[in-house]
Amino acid sequence: MPRLSTVEELTEFRQELVATREANRPCVAICAGAGCLASGASEVIAAFKAELAAQGLEAEIDTRGTGCPGFCERGPVVVLHPEGICYLQVKPDDVPEIVAQSLKGSKVVERLLYADPATGERAIHESDIPFYQHQERTLLSSNILIDSRSIDDYLAIGGYTALVKALFEMGPEAVLEEVKQSTLRGRGGAGFPAGRKWEGSRNAPDTPRYVLVNADEGDPGAFMDRALLEGNPHAVLEGLMIGGFTIGAQEGYIYVRQEYPLAVKNVLHAITQAEAYGLLGQDILGSGFDFTIKVHKGAGAFVCGESTALMTALEGRVGEPRPKYVRSNIKGLWGKPTVLNNVETWANVPHIVNRGADWFTRTGTEHSKGTKIFSLVGKIRNTGLVEVPMGMPLQDIIYDIGGGIPGGKKFKAVQTGGPSGGCLPEEMLHLEVGFDELTAAGSMMGSGGMIVMDEDNCMVDVARYFINFLTEESCGKCLPCREGLRQMHRILTRICEGNGRAGDIDTLEELSEVLTEASLCGLGQSAANPFISTLRYFRAEYEAHIEQKRCPALACKGLISYWIDPEKCKACLICMKRCPSQGIEGGKKQIHVIDQEKCDRCGVCFEVCPEKFSAVVKLSGEPVPESLPMAERTLVRGSGK
Amino acid sequence: MSDIHLQIDGKEVHVTEGMTVLEAAQQARIAIPTLCYHETLEPYGGCRLCIVEVEVNGWSRLVVSCVYPAAAGLIVRTRSAQIDRIRKTLLEMLLAHAPDSPVLQELAAEYGAQRDRFAQEASFCIHCGLCVRYCAEVKQAHAVGFIDRGIRKEISFIPEIAARECHDCKECFPLCPTSYVQAAYVLVEALVALR
Amino acid sequence: METVKNFDHVDQIIDAHQGEASSLIQIMLDIQAENHWLPQEALARISKRLAVPLTRVQHIATFYKAFSLVPKGRHQIHVCMGTACHVRGAPRVLDTVEDLTGIQPGETDADLKFSLETVNCLGCCALGPVIEIDGKTHGNVTTARTEDVLKSYK
Repeated sequence: MPRLSTVEELTEFRQELVATREANRPCVAICAGAGCLASGASEVIAAFKAELAAQGLEAEIDTRGTGCPGFCERGPVVVLHPEGICYLQVKPDDVPEIVAQSLKGSKVVERLLYADPATGERAIHESDIPFYQHQERTLLSSNILIDSRSIDDYLAIGGYTALVKALFEMGPEAVLEEVKQSTLRGRGGAGFPAGRKWEGSRNAPDTPRYVLVNADEGDPGAFMDRALLEGNPHAVLEGLMIGGFTIGAQEGYIYVRQEYPLAVKNVLHAITQAEAYGLLGQDILGSGFDFTIKVHKGAGAFVCGESTALMTALEGRVGEPRPKYVRSNIKGLWGKPTVLNNVETWANVPHIVNRGADWFTRTGTEHSKGTKIFSLVGKIRNTGLVEVPMGMPLQDIIYDIGGGIPGGKKFKAVQTGGPSGGCLPEEMLHLEVGFDELTAAGSMMGSGGMIVMDEDNCMVDVARYFINFLTEESCGKCLPCREGLRQMHRILTRICEGNGRAGDIDTLEELSEVLTEASLCGLGQSAANPFISTLRYFRAEYEAHIEQKRCPALACKGLISYWIDPEKCKACLICMKRCPSQGIEGGKKQIHVIDQEKCDRCGVCFEVCPEKFSAVVKLSGEPVPESLPMAERTLVRGSGK
Repeated sequence: MSDIHLQIDGKEVHVTEGMTVLEAAQQARIAIPTLCYHETLEPYGGCRLCIVEVEVNGWSRLVVSCVYPAAAGLIVRTRSAQIDRIRKTLLEMLLAHAPDSPVLQELAAEYGAQRDRFAQEASFCIHCGLCVRYCAEVKQAHAVGFIDRGIRKEISFIPEIAARECHDCKECFPLCPTSYVQAAYVLVEALVALR
Repeated sequence: METVKNFDHVDQIIDAHQGEASSLIQIMLDIQAENHWLPQEALARISKRLAVPLTRVQHIATFYKAFSLVPKGRHQIHVCMGTACHVRGAPRVLDTVEDLTGIQPGETDADLKFSLETVNCLGCCALGPVIEIDGKTHGNVTTARTEDVLKSYK
């Protein structure tokens, strides 16, 4: 590993790398992100290595485990370079065929290509797939090109050129100006202008100063930062170094949640490599700039994603937030000026330095510039990470990129902003994504979680779910959050169990005011949002639960009953065998009847009843029909019964 | 130390830099309710009862006065329909824990808080943190601390340290608004005696 | 270590972090990872060597979900309760796991076979509902499949 002490040495080294890597050198790129690994990607990688060796091709064709390209629904994802042929849901057994057909030969393996769900038409190249076509993948497109554990790969695609430009051509003031002009807003949730935050720290008289990466990513259902940090850690390091240089910090910290062991591993490895190359440490490339980065793991607390709680945790204490009347960019970590930004915010910085604020502001809405990565999950065909320009309408993201709702179900709501955000109904699908646009509609951008829900999801249950989550995660220091969430959780649980009372909605609204106005930190201040937004758009569901003891979505266990329609039951015995409570009576030609006393409402019978019969029915707000008397339960073949 | 002029409930108040709005109000003998505040301890900002409305450059917001720095030109209102409503609900949530606490009953009377609005809770502790903070900051004995988080958070005496320090101290007892710390101590004293 | 007979392991980890009080959480994470739980004696040792009050060490050990003050089972079951998994039916899966193992999240069964925890998001949302057992991710778990998944662990 060379130690690069000047810009010239780095430039020369980079040129050598590019020269020795022919642009057209064949390479098999397999996504090695946590999602694809969970679907068996390491076995696929091993299979390729083995097959290429068996065919004597390992010297000509590289195999590379790469960062996450985002099409998680169809993983493991394999892309053959230089052609750009993209194979989906690849299994180890498929590998010999791929090698024979597409690497030795020049044919495609049709069944592994993306197929349009409506026409069946196949897409050969990554760039032909609609999922990718509608995106603008400034940050994510590099992931499939590099081995996340190779600094050389990052350098070969132009990595660390922004750092060089900042250190040697621009200087801290010019970089600050560029970031301010770009109007880059924080991608972690609050959307605060990064340039203004940096300026506050740069001008604060106190030293030392610190730059921090918030990689706690606690919003459940959001995994953008995981893909960035795992997939392209050097991009985040480069952004952090530029930020440190700009505000005059010599130390950076990356706070990563410990639930992301691969991200921790990859970023530690990247730091070690950067140090070995002299890109971190003292007098970087002869610029006079010293900078070191340390990694701190989270220990399982959502509240540590809040900036002051994160800093308190970095100091080795419990993650209890501090009042923000003096901003943390003035008095933050150890009481010193500290810039904390989200992973995605930092990843944008090298692009802004290299391409300029003018380039950045060409994309987006008036007050929300650039792109945003969303984790599109839930009841959606194409689950995964999507990077889109700010201003794209929600329906384009959900239908054009996401492929719409699977199973012939109807869209009901899309939840954005994590536990601090809200649910938006069908009539809001035209909304253009942007910070202020989402907030005005009663939700928020948050870190980028976008959870799609369909007709089978109960919105009262969704509110209860988020309040339950926040009750577990509240640090407990302040009264409104600790006790307010306790009471809200109790009421919402009662409602979902069928014990809602008149006045419950009023009490929930009063508690929401206390939480919003009097809580110590952002967790409590935004905790009522899931309730407030679902009440705003789905009030009828709340009223049905409370007044009619009915769950319109047929989801809340306490409000539904399972019943077998005797007209449809074919006495196949499957549900009888699978019922964990042994609660179904019947026999070989005896139609099955659920014993309502024994029924646990687990839903297994509903799941296992063959689709062609669909005899199990969910009921809510109405009594279960009387069971047929024993004598009438005999199934007569051919009777249509 | 510069002189700061601000207004609290229409009254002109002069304080020195570094003081909080609560301290300014106390100096001007304007009453703001508190539970977690104590003059020997660092402000905690936990109970939120001292919440007030501040107006700066025409913008109004609610802040907790025990932590908010007094600043020149600040216009402070210690009571309003919204503030009273919030304090009432905060007190009702506390009364669910300690309905017989004299301190809480007095405040409840002033704000119309109902003792049985919310179902009775098992623990008297209202998490003002006075015992923990006093033992840490003033006595530096660290005999009692917090454990866990959220609704599972509670105070916990460390038996070995309590056995050494508490018998001749007990200075936290009069600080506790609900007498919970005395109960917790008696329990740990019994545990230590059993060993 | 069942109970701590000597503190070599603990001391080694503390020394690796230069005995820095601000590394308290990192030190405890390393001990938890190696030992699978934090015995009371280990907490006292940490308090002494780093010169931080035992109340602070105890608060950290109970505040953060990564730490356990009781021994764990042979197999760690993590049921993802993230929003994406929730809308795809994770609560039913959790109910089934609870019924089959006889324990609630945070508990370990009497044979020390299974420990159960809920986690907030493993970042594998495309595979939801997700259960992770001993680091291995099982995706697309339905209530019906849960029993089969658990049966494979001895």
